[in-house]
Amino acid sequence: MILFLLKRLGTMILTALCLSFIVFFLTNLEPNLRKVAKFEGNSRMEESEVQNWLANNGYKQPILTRYGEWLGVVPGWTNDRAGVVTGRCIEGDLTAETAPRFCGVLQGNWGDSMVFRDEVSTIVGVRLWMTGKLMLWVMLLMVPSALILGVLAGMREGSKTDRSLSTLSIATTATPEYVSGVILIAVFASSAVGLKWFKGTATAAMEDATFENFFLPVLTISLYGMGYIARMTRASMAEVMTAQYIRTARLKGVSFRNIVLKHALRNALIAPFTVIMLQFPWLLNGVVVVETLFNYKGLGWALVQAAGNNDINLLLGISVVSVLVVLVTQLISDIGYVYLNPRIRIS
Amino acid sequence: MEPLSWGQIALQLLIRFLPVWIALIVTFALSITYKRRLGLYGKLFDNTIGMVGFGLVMFWVYTALMVGLFDWIVTHDPLSTASGMKNKVPGTPLRGAEEGEFAWYLLGGDTLARDVFSRMVEGAWVVIRIAPLATLFAFMVGITLGLPAGYFGGRLDSALSFAANLILAFPVILLFYLLVTPEMVETGIPSYMGVVLFLFPIIFLTVLVNARYRTQPARRNVMLAVLLFVLGWAYLSVVSDPQTPVAFLPRDLDLFDIPGGILVVFVSVVFVNAPTVFRIVRGLTLDIKTRDYVAAAQTRGEGPWYIMLWEILPNTRGPLIVDFCLRIGYTTILLGTLGFFGLGLPPESPDWGTTINQGRKLLSIYPHPAIVPALALLSLVLGLNLLADGLREESLKD
Repeated sequence: MILFLLKRLGTMILTALCLSFIVFFLTNLEPNLRKVAKFEGNSRMEESEVQNWLANNGYKQPILTRYGEWLGVVPGWTNDRAGVVTGRCIEGDLTAETAPRFCGVLQGNWGDSMVFRDEVSTIVGVRLWMTGKLMLWVMLLMVPSALILGVLAGMREGSKTDRSLSTLSIATTATPEYVSGVILIAVFASSAVGLKWFKGTATAAMEDATFENFFLPVLTISLYGMGYIARMTRASMAEVMTAQYIRTARLKGVSFRNIVLKHALRNALIAPFTVIMLQFPWLLNGVVVVETLFNYKGLGWALVQAAGNNDINLLLGISVVSVLVVLVTQLISDIGYVYLNPRIRIS
Repeated sequence: MEPLSWGQIALQLLIRFLPVWIALIVTFALSITYKRRLGLYGKLFDNTIGMVGFGLVMFWVYTALMVGLFDWIVTHDPLSTASGMKNKVPGTPLRGAEEGEFAWYLLGGDTLARDVFSRMVEGAWVVIRIAPLATLFAFMVGITLGLPAGYFGGRLDSALSFAANLILAFPVILLFYLLVTPEMVETGIPSYMGVVLFLFPIIFLTVLVNARYRTQPARRNVMLAVLLFVLGWAYLSVVSDPQTPVAFLPRDLDLFDIPGGILVVFVSVVFVNAPTVFRIVRGLTLDIKTRDYVAAAQTRGEGPWYIMLWEILPNTRGPLIVDFCLRIGYTTILLGTLGFFGLGLPPESPDWGTTINQGRKLLSIYPHPAIVPALALLSLVLGLNLLADGLREESLKD
């Protein structure tokens, strides 16, 4: 088990390094850097001035060196121009003498965001908390309802209940967030239909979330993921219900209710657990769409802002965080699977 | 001219879609008559859910083809605006409609006073042109890499699996934002990715033919020569585009150029889908390669590529066909996502994602410009999912 964990941890770190390098490489291509220069310096700079600006701010070094600087394994650049020393690590009150040599992610320095004019770590922290709040409610709504749907459909395979619930779950998987969000807003929040039960934006929910302003975004994300989990639960439940020990229980005269609740349910929930964990990357996507649609300023919203303006540091920070979330959930799902399934645990 | 009531709008819509109804009725009548002779496709017509799904999908396919090829169904030009039609509700009569021009905006006007109905049906043509083809390419890439990874295993498998997991760990939207920006198109990276990705169908088909006719060199050489000439020329024409850094083919030899943005969108959608297909094919191969008929072929002395492509691949068709339907739906959703964030396709493009994005700004006052394409996308994806479900059920029966 320890060996398995170490191996997985090693792969995780390697994956995170590769991915952050890919993002670093793509955001640091020549045209993107020109855009950064024009944003930071002056939007009407000449081509030669742009090149100068890039050289003075350390953007002209080889890409691997710069990636190392960002990571904190290569000393930060310094630039001596007529006695004025500038450098990657020299900022605020620090001078060339007092500044540390390394200042990268490993030293806890994620750099500054270009668009928000703030430290990336603060921004990511605040936005992650917002998104975490959203995700918590999504999980609380999505997982129980999906499991109930799946178990109800799977316990009598082929029945009317099964048919209608399965079609319902297919319908929810066919509705991406930007479609269900638009329909939900139009029906429940617009003046055209006139129901106006909920608010069409969730901006207020960042400070104080109420049922009225927070239910629609939560429902929108939940709907898309729910169908998939429900179908997996249904398949797993239907398989368990045909197992020998269920037949034995039934022949013993155990009531149907007890068979489902005491014999089938536990075994049927192993497969959905993995699926729920693997849903996280999809949920992250949904979060970006829903946060944009409902104007809820979380991590997904920040991602769109950062990517739209090629805010390199913020983009890197957000992608590292989201990739880590994905990898950690994959690890949890692997461990959980081993733990829940006695056949694997013992051998 | 009076505004139309909801009943009249529904009637007019039915009339506009008349050619589609006729085509659908003909398709269903023929298929149901001959369903015993049509294999898996015929069995679909024993399954209510599958039939509903097939109907929905074919409705959009016929609509797209009739709009794209014959210019039927559309009532107005999807890009032109009409005065006084801004944000008008469905059924509003067109002010000063000329003779021979359709006199109403059936499903209302959008924020730029364009006809919502015409944009919706034109959007179908954009989606139907890109989604199935992109999915097919993703399948070719996934199959060409997944078969050897599962069959040979070892280092090759580890390396390819690592790369696939790498792409899958990316949030899709981040990847789109990194690949589909004007700056990125300027560097040519999407074009270079296209150069690599479009190579896979050629490799796939060449190996397929070569493995089959290896024992008859004369026939194989002719077939390969024709195949490579046709595909090679098509490949060079697709890849070479004077607008991008990859432009090497002289103008006279260049058969066609793909209009701006579409190639980039196409490449990134293939890139996102291929790793999942790879994983599925690899898993299926791992399972099937232990079967007796594979061992028999190995004993017979068949080459590894023959075994992979002509013994293993045909036996994975069930799950792959089902996944193909599901994946077209997913690709449609991805295209919509791209449009929703205003990436890739030009802002006036009538595709559903872009239209939803433009309509959502005034959603709480005028919901119809966003609702119409949203429902269209929903019905197409729902149809594909139901079709996949029906196919799965029918293919499991035997």
